[in-house]
Order: sequence, then structure tokens, then C-alpha cells
Amino acid sequence: MKKVYSKIESIAGNVITVTAEDVRYGHLAMVTSASGSSLAEVIRLAGDRVSLQVFAGGRGISTGDEVVFLGHAMRVSFTDNLLGRIFDGSGKPRDNGPRLEENLVEIGGPSVNPAMRIIPRNMIRTGIPMIDLFNSLVESQKLPIFSVSGEPYNELLARIAMQAEVDMIILGGMGLKYDDYLYFREVLEEGGAMSRTIFFVHTASDPVVECLLVPDLALAVAERFALKGRKVLVLLSDMTNFSDSMKEIAITMEQVPSNRGYPGDLYTQLAARYEKAVDFEGAGSITIVGVTTMPGDDVTHPVPDNTGYITEGQYYLRNGRIEPFGSLSRLKQLVNKDTREDHRSLMDGMITLYANYKESMEKKSMGFRMSEWDLKLLKYGELFERDMMDLSVNIPLEQALDRGWQILAECFDPAETGLRTELVNKFWPGGCTEPDEESA
Amino acid sequence: MSQASGQVVGVNGNMVSVQMDGDVSLNEVGYILLDDPTTGESKRLKSEVIRIRGGRAELQVFEMTRGIGVNDKVEFSGQLLAVELGPGLLGRVYDGLQNPLPELAEQCGFFLDRGVYVNALNRAKKWEFTPKARVGDSVERADTLGTVPEGMFQHRIMVPFNLHRQYTVKSIAKSGEYTVDDEIAVLTDEDGTDISVTMRFEWPVKRAIDCYVERHRPIRPMMTKVRIIDTFFPVAFGGTYCIPGPFGAGKTVLQQITSRNADVDIVIIAACGERAGEVVETLREFPELLDPRTGRTLMERTVIICNTSSMPVAAREASVYTAVTIAEYYRQMGLNVLLLADSTSRWAQAMREMSGRLEEIPGEEAFPAYLESVIASFYERAGLVSLKDGGTGSVTIGGTVSPAGGNFEEPVTQATLKVVGAFHGLSRERSDARRYPAIDPLESWSKYPGSGDPGMVEYARDVLHHGNEVGQMMKVVGEEGTSLDDYIWYLKGEFTDSVYLQQNAFDPIDAAVGSERQEYCFGILFGLLTSKLNHGNKDEARNWFAQLRQRFLDLNGAQWRSDSFKRLESEIRDTIKEKRAGTEANAMDLVGKIRS
Ligand SMILES: Nc1ncnc2c1ncn2[C@@H]1O[C@H](COP(=O)(O)OP(=O)(O)OP(=O)(O)O)[C@@H](O)[C@H]1O
Ligand SMILES: [Mg+2]
Repeated sequence: MKKVYSKIESIAGNVITVTAEDVRYGHLAMVTSASGSSLAEVIRLAGDRVSLQVFAGGRGISTGDEVVFLGHAMRVSFTDNLLGRIFDGSGKPRDNGPRLEENLVEIGGPSVNPAMRIIPRNMIRTGIPMIDLFNSLVESQKLPIFSVSGEPYNELLARIAMQAEVDMIILGGMGLKYDDYLYFREVLEEGGAMSRTIFFVHTASDPVVECLLVPDLALAVAERFALKGRKVLVLLSDMTNFSDSMKEIAITMEQVPSNRGYPGDLYTQLAARYEKAVDFEGAGSITIVGVTTMPGDDVTHPVPDNTGYITEGQYYLRNGRIEPFGSLSRLKQLVNKDTREDHRSLMDGMITLYANYKESMEKKSMGFRMSEWDLKLLKYGELFERDMMDLSVNIPLEQALDRGWQILAECFDPAETGLRTELVNKFWPGGCTEPDEESA
Repeated sequence: MSQASGQVVGVNGNMVSVQMDGDVSLNEVGYILLDDPTTGESKRLKSEVIRIRGGRAELQVFEMTRGIGVNDKVEFSGQLLAVELGPGLLGRVYDGLQNPLPELAEQCGFFLDRGVYVNALNRAKKWEFTPKARVGDSVERADTLGTVPEGMFQHRIMVPFNLHRQYTVKSIAKSGEYTVDDEIAVLTDEDGTDISVTMRFEWPVKRAIDCYVERHRPIRPMMTKVRIIDTFFPVAFGGTYCIPGPFGAGKTVLQQITSRNADVDIVIIAACGERAGEVVETLREFPELLDPRTGRTLMERTVIICNTSSMPVAAREASVYTAVTIAEYYRQMGLNVLLLADSTSRWAQAMREMSGRLEEIPGEEAFPAYLESVIASFYERAGLVSLKDGGTGSVTIGGTVSPAGGNFEEPVTQATLKVVGAFHGLSRERSDARRYPAIDPLESWSKYPGSGDPGMVEYARDVLHHGNEVGQMMKVVGEEGTSLDDYIWYLKGEFTDSVYLQQNAFDPIDAAVGSERQEYCFGILFGLLTSKLNHGNKDEARNWFAQLRQRFLDLNGAQWRSDSFKRLESEIRDTIKEKRAGTEANAMDLVGKIRS
């Protein structure tokens, strides 16, 4: 018989304190109040004073409510029955399906031994040139989309999910707008992918503590499936909401903030989640594509900043396009050496020229005379944006590479491209000064 | 020290408060006996005492603290947090507390289960010992008793550094095979007490190893084979340098190529709070890559200390000390050791997290007030030293810094800049423009002498500065407002940047450029920079430089001294000759001096 404690001594924000014995750090309790019951997690022990974080929030809890300790940490059921199902941030079904209680596994488990990791080697093709050609996505990579709010980041996420060749998709929604949640569901249903998808969704109107649990639930489940040999793609949208929940809680706990109110362990907390991305030798893998919205379009804001230091690159979404500057896939060199011999050089060369184009644009905007060289660059920039950056372009990598050479040949002499002579000799389109047929 | 015990009275994140029974010292190791009847889990969790106050000790736990309860028992070890020193460290991969990760994997599989600890040194392996000391010799700490071959090195078996008195060798093992636990000598101290010595001993990580005669000023350049560093911002044996830069600017890639190519005997890689995947690249590739100097694999000269970002934070704090202690140990054998720490900011953050839990008064950005002195004393452990046998050894430390928002005006970068000898600042603009390595040539500095001619280097540096000034000016007044002369300086600066400062880390040839080739190519470049060029107009000048750049880049990709190298070189020299119209006025003196 579990002991019932019915004297809550303090309630501050989402944290309540009771006097209790035999309680263990990180374990759960059930708090029952007039408005219903909620799970709570032990976040501090000081003698017999136990502080608990209540998942449904402190609102409506009275000092006389009942607290029962469950004797275990947060768990999630892991079975194939999860597929096609939708849960909230405390693991309760959001659809009308049954609760799942079989085969419970702890969330937030230990990290993978680095010595057991392998070098990622499989490219995930998306048909988006800004990804495939310039910043290839790699199986087991962790990579966020940095975006200003209002950009179509969830659309991009859904498109990557639908086009990527993976065995299953786990969507972790944090502070997701209800409409966006419905959008994801629709896209996956229409694409016939629902039966290989699991949703853990915290919407903007749900209790803030539940937001914190979403990545751990999603990743704990992903880890189990990956160990069973599945290639899992985990989508996390939006990790800025996750971080803001952490901030809110830290502030109510009166922790000394480090930077703009965020707790000093923001980096560690984010890393603990993103580092779950892995390729298990002889089994499956976890690839994480997340969304990090940038408050005020500021990459130096603590959330995108800490994220950038953790993830293996980022896609920078602006004006409906993936920007070449700021965007980076750090694992690209592991896969782009085996695609086509011109891949790397073309990638570097085209970006350098695009940077020069930006400089010329700047000069132009200041009203300076455009030199012959500037004019070449202006033409180049326009073609590059139209044929490479526009998100409606959907072509395989090889086609994108060919298109790249065509653009160069339309604008420059070989020597102006900075590309090595042997590549130019092999790939430069012969006598190619005629206008491009698509633009006609 | 007698062994104390205690009981858990509080848990807050990875900090546990313990009511102690007996004497406990600061930085002593304790074990929390986690005994959870509900899950049946029973573990010993390693921890370190970080504060003692009013009968209570605060411990930082090197493991996840979930499941710890009030009244759990605690055992103190009587030992400070220490590393094990002896033969068999090279080629190994350890976590921040010196647990060998591959061996942990053998026991636990994919995951790092908590409370599992494995000996750092293999107890079964036999080493071929050759005695050097003789019975009756008078010895003291760090004197050589014998040697064992470890890979390509003669590993010195020394009098343990924690024996602080004078000893007489009473007996010494004969040549033969011994394990690290076998007695290899008996030493008698001044009071006649015998001490048995094996090939291994422990040393507390937070104390610098100081068994040298004298420290020297680091002045001999340590080649990294990165042109911009070796020519413009050199590093010296026994020196320190830091690489601050925003995320994705190339800190890790720079350290990775340095760990491969640097002209040192041993490299210690401390992967501190960064991505696990990056360590894996090193870990998988080094056993396959040959070190051209020795013909052995790179792994044989490398030790990896790996406490990546999702591993316990407290062990992250310890990991840089573990790494530097191992570096100092090998220095004691007369070797040049390079320690690369990526990233020191994560180590500083680990301190910040702990300081927050201890509720210390926070300094800037919530870092503890002692941040500066801790960073200073870490870098102070680098140095070039002379040893008692007349030889020298060095520890060189290079640390990356990951400043919040990429802004160098933050506490960790600032504290580091105060103590290091060279600053390789990476800039976002350069990495965005793919100008790798993205070391900012205008902001960076080094206090160490380089290997090249200082006059020539200074001249090239002036060209870079002047070219940049013209470039900035051109943004305001436009190309038409710039004189042809100035425009050529601008092109010279850009040219120097693209063919010399930039270097492709992923090109098999360009990735590592030895000093001879560097000096040779710098000579060609210098010839161009000091030449007055005879161009009619800006467009012509720009095209000419573009052609020349193309050839020079091809040259950078050509095998040193191959036929194609020679052909490209003479093409380049001919092209320059065509447009050369004497020497630039500001180079007359310098060129004259070099010729004579
Ligand atoms: N010298 C180089 N040559 C070519 N590419 C480079 C070079 N340096 C960096 N890069 C590119 O930049 C990417 C990021 O570099 P790196 O991982 O070293 O950044 P970082 O500064 O360590 O970032 P973080 O602080 O987030 O760890 C690499 O994956 C690579 O694509
Ligand atoms: Mg890095």
C-alpha cells in the first residue's frame, strides 16, 4: 500500500513541496486535486523536504491535495502498437485510442558510448538542391532548421519527412500551434505515412512542464526502434519553445540565469537531447531534424546560439528559401566525396561566387558603377537564386550538379570561377553561351 | 587519510549533500551507494567533494543522480581525484575520469551504464623492462629506474612523483617482462623504510607535475602545417594558444588537422563537452593513418580523452585535468606533447553549473568569480622544461573557445586571451565566405617567433592590411573612386588570402604543407607582392590576378616537387615576369637586404 501525503507545504509556479520519506531523486508522484490528477517529478531532495515539478502545472493545486509516490521515474510504453498513434507530452493518448501500458521503458536514459559509434556514411536525399548539393543531410545527423517565425518551417520539415527514405517518423511537437499539428497529420496521412509515424504533441495551450518531456519521450521511443534495426527520423518542432519552458521553470525556481534569463545548463540540456542522434552498428539509426525559431531573427539569441554549437549544422530558412550563408551540414564531407568528383569543388566554388554576388549587390545598392565583373556576378546571383535556392525546385543531386555547371558557363569564363583546371576540362559545358531554355 | 563514511541528506541535480562521519578532504573521491529497492538497482557512483561546510560535504556526482535517496550510504576513498600513470596510455580512448571507453563497451554494450569503472592501465599486459638504475644509486622523484618500449617511444619508468624524499635503490628488477603491477624496484628512504615500486602510480589531476629543473621561454616554432598559422601566427613548443570562434567557423576541423599534422611526439585530444561524432572520426581514422615521420599509425602517438556533451557534466570538468596530467607525464620523458582541448567553454560551463548549485555569488554571465584564475592556472600547465638528465620536454596547449553569440567580449574568451601566447580568432564572415581556415588575419596575433624571415612576413602582413583598407574604402567610394595603384594593392591582398591564407583541409595535398614547401611558396608570393606591376586598367589587372590565382591554386594541389609542380611554378614565374616593372618602392630596402 503506497503512502498518501496530504500536506503540501509550498506551491510556487509548477513546483510543490511536501515532507516525505523514502523518496528518490527523479522519481514520479501522482498529485490529485479537485481539477484532476497529474504526474509530478522529484526535482530536489533536502532532508525530508521533497520538491516536485507538477506536469499539469501548479494552478488549482491546494495544500490539502494528495500526493502518492510511484517509486519509479518517467516511463513510456514501447511496442509496435505505438505506430500511427498520437500522444501528449505526458504520454497520454491524444487520439481516442487506448492507453498503452505494456513494456514500459525509462526515458532520458544514458548516452551512447562514443567508442560504439560509427562514422555516418549514408546520404539522405531530399531533392532540394540547397540540401543535397550544398549541405547534404546524412543518416544519424542532428540538424535544425533556423527560422524566423512566419517562415514555412513546418512545411519544409514535412517535405523532408515525406521525401526522406526512412523506416519511420516520430514527430515531437512542442508548443505546436493546433493548426500546425493538424497540418502535419494531414500531410502524413495523405502521403500514406501515418502507419509508420508516432506523434508526441504538446500544443501551445498545454501545460508548460509537459513541453519539456516531449523530446525525451520521442527520443526514448526512437532509441528502442533504432536498436531493433529501424531507421528513424525524429522531427522536433519547435525547440525554442522547449528552451523557453526550461527558462520559465528555472526562473520560478529562482536559479541564477546566465544569459537573457536562460539557465546556465541550457547547452547541456539541449545536447542531451540532440546527442541521441546515432547510427547503431548492426542495427538502426536516429536522425534528428528540428526547428529552432529565432526570436527577432537573431542567431546570437541563446537558443539558436547554443543549438548551433551542438548540432551538426543548420539550415537557415529566410524569405522562403534555404540561405547559403549560415546554412551548413557538417557531415556533408562524409558523403559528398562519393557522389560525383565535381560535387565538392562545385559546392565551394558556387558559394564563393554567391558571396561575391552579395558584395556586388551591396555596391549596387549604394549606387556605385557596376564593373564588367559585377555585372557577371549579378547575372549569376539571379540564376543561382532561381535554379538552386527556390524551394519549389525538386531535382535529384546529379541534375542539380549539371545545372550548376550550366549556370557558371552562362555567366563566367572558366578561370573566373576559381575551379581547378582538371574539373573545368571535364565538366564545363562545351561552348555554352546560349541562353538557358527554361528561362525562355 | 582514514576512510570516512557518510549519508546522503540532499540531492539537487548532480550535486549531493552528505552528512559525514570522519575526516574528509576537498577534492577527495567518494562513492554514493545507490540502493534502490524499487528498481533493484545497486550501484557505486563516483563523486568528488567540492565543498565542506558545517559537517556536511557537497559532492559533485560524475554520473546521473536519478534514483539516489536520502539516507543512502556514502563511502569516502581517502584519495584525491587522480589519474593512473604508467606504460600503456598511448593509443587509448578514455572518458573524463580515465575509464577506457572500448573496454566499457565490452562490458555494457552501446550505452554508458553508470557506476561501471574499469582500470585505466591494462593489468595483464607485459612490458619489456630494461633497468637503468643500479642497486645503491641515490634517486628522487621522476628519476629513471628503467625503460619499456611503448610503440615508438622508450617509456621511462620513473620514481613515482609522489615520493618526495631521497631514496637508495635497494633492488631493481632484471631485464624481462613485467606487468604494471609487478614490483620493479625497492627503494629505501632516509629512515630505512622500504618502498615497493611498480610501473604505475597515481597523481592528483588538479596538481601540476613539477619534477623539472627549470622552465624556459617557448621560442622554437611548432609547425602545424597550416600556412596561416606557421607563417603569420606561429605556435611554439611549450606555448599556449586559443581558437575562439562562433559555431561552425572551423575550430574543430582546425584542431583535427593539427592533431594529425603537428610536428610533435604525442598528441592528447581532450574532447570536452562537444559532439561525440567528431571524436568518432578521429577514433576510427587514426588507427588507419600513418604518421609520415615514423611510419607508425597516428593512434600510437595519440591519447583521446573524451567527455562529450551528453556525458555527465561533472566528469567534463575533470576531463581537461585528466588530459593535461597525462601530457605532463609524457613531457617528463623528454617528449614534445601537444594538448588540444575542444572546447574550453564547455569546461567553463561545467564549472558554472556547479557553482550555481553551490549557490555561490555569480560573476559575469553567471560564471563563478574564480573563472579567470582557474583558466590561467590551466594554461600555466603548458611549458617547455629542462629535465634532470639534461633533456627537454614540452607541453603545448591549444584550446578552442565557443563564445556565446560568437562575441569575443565574453568572460571565457577574455580570461583566455589574458594568458595565452597566440590568438587564432575565427570570423563568421570568413567562414560564411568559405575562406577556410577562417582565422581572421587582421585580428589574430601571436607572441611567438615564426620560422620564416620576419621582414618578409611583416611585409606580407602590411599588404594584407593595406589591401583590406582599400577594400573597405572601395565599399564607400566605389571602384571608380579608387586609384589603379590602390586597386592593385587590394588585388594583392586578396590574392595572398586566396592562395596562401586559405587552405583546403579536405584536399589530400593542400591539407598539410610542410615548412620547406611553405617557405618556398611564400617566396614566390613575396616576389609577386614586392613587384611593381604594369597594368593598364583595373579590369585587366583583375583578370590577370584571376589567371594567376588559378595557377597558384593548381600549384597548391600539386605534389611537392613533382613535374606538374615545376611546370606550374615556371608558368607562375613567367606570368609575373611579364608584368613586372621593378620593385615596389616600399620593398626596396627589404629586398636589398634579403639579396645580400
Ligand atoms: N579548413 C576547412 N576546410 C574546409 N572546410 C572547413 C574547414 N574548416 C571548417 N570547415 C567546414 O565548416 C564546418 C564546421 O567546422 P567545425 O566543426 O570545425 O566548426 P566549429 O568551429 O568547431 O563549430 P562548433 O563550435 O559548433 O563546434 C565543417 O564541417 C566543414 O564543413
Ligand atoms: Mg567544434
